[in-house]
Amino acid sequence: MAVNEKILGSELIDKVPGGGFVLAKTEDLFNWAKSSSLWPLTFGLACCAIEMMVTGGPHYDIDRFGSGVFRASPRQCDVMIISGTICVKMQDSIKRLYDQMPEPKYVIAMGNCAISGGIFYHDSYSVVKGAEAVGIPVDVFVAGCPPRPENLLHGIIKLQEKINSQKVKTA
Amino acid sequence: MDITTIIHSLQAKFPGIVVGASADQLIITKEVVKPVFEFLKNGPAAFTSLHSITAVDRKDTVEVVYHVHSFAHRVMLTVKVILGNDQLEVPSLTLLWGAADWLEREVFDLFGVRFEGHPDLRRILNPDSWTAHPLRKDFQMDGIVPRPVK
Repeated sequence: MAVNEKILGSELIDKVPGGGFVLAKTEDLFNWAKSSSLWPLTFGLACCAIEMMVTGGPHYDIDRFGSGVFRASPRQCDVMIISGTICVKMQDSIKRLYDQMPEPKYVIAMGNCAISGGIFYHDSYSVVKGAEAVGIPVDVFVAGCPPRPENLLHGIIKLQEKINSQKVKTA
Repeated sequence: MDITTIIHSLQAKFPGIVVGASADQLIITKEVVKPVFEFLKNGPAAFTSLHSITAVDRKDTVEVVYHVHSFAHRVMLTVKVILGNDQLEVPSLTLLWGAADWLEREVFDLFGVRFEGHPDLRRILNPDSWTAHPLRKDFQMDGIVPRPVK
């Protein structure tokens, strides 16, 4: 079996001399599967969402990382990319969408508004100060106003690294 | 028909209308809001389009500002109604222009001006549970971080 190809996690697989099989930890297999198919929620709040859409296009091609399958239902999603300004009136909807996502679920806070309120931090009556102020735990913060598509891809790679180092929970 | 002719014809019909800071700006009282706008829209000036309704908080008064546009004569007119802080009520223009519906709701939401005769005067942008009006000068709310003074 060809295991010499440069695939994610290939260094984890033990080659058996002359063998027709490989040995690997199920943990690594699960993490590899999870991190290689991070389906995001089709969900944009402000101008960062435009950059997120560009990331999904052919030029930046988010599909290279398995994250191109934007789902229209939170029930089918693995990662929520909070792309944009969170308004007071919107925060309940965002929290509810996050609660509806099945475990395991991850959150990328994209852009300064989703991190801390950004340029709306001061003197604003209508903007919430970031995703964590809403009560959504954030895994990866992607800074920028808005972040470049490469920056979002970097955030997705960081999230994959985080998932690959996770322990699989057993009962 | 230029803007001065329009304003003269209006002043002849409604005495007491004052020209504001510029030649295309009028200041009217709230008693004549309905007849003035009806004349502007259906009269010879034909201001068929209501561009915007907004307001300015001057602390002791609140000005409601209307912009109307006449495609026939290619002129735009600014009309201001000055209201006392204790009497923030002005007649609704929803029967003249359908566009006034949401514009008036926005002014009500942000400034607290009540439009008499509006069919559905609810908040349009902010949460329905709020009671304050954020663009008023005396607006205060918990959780607002003031900009640091340099």
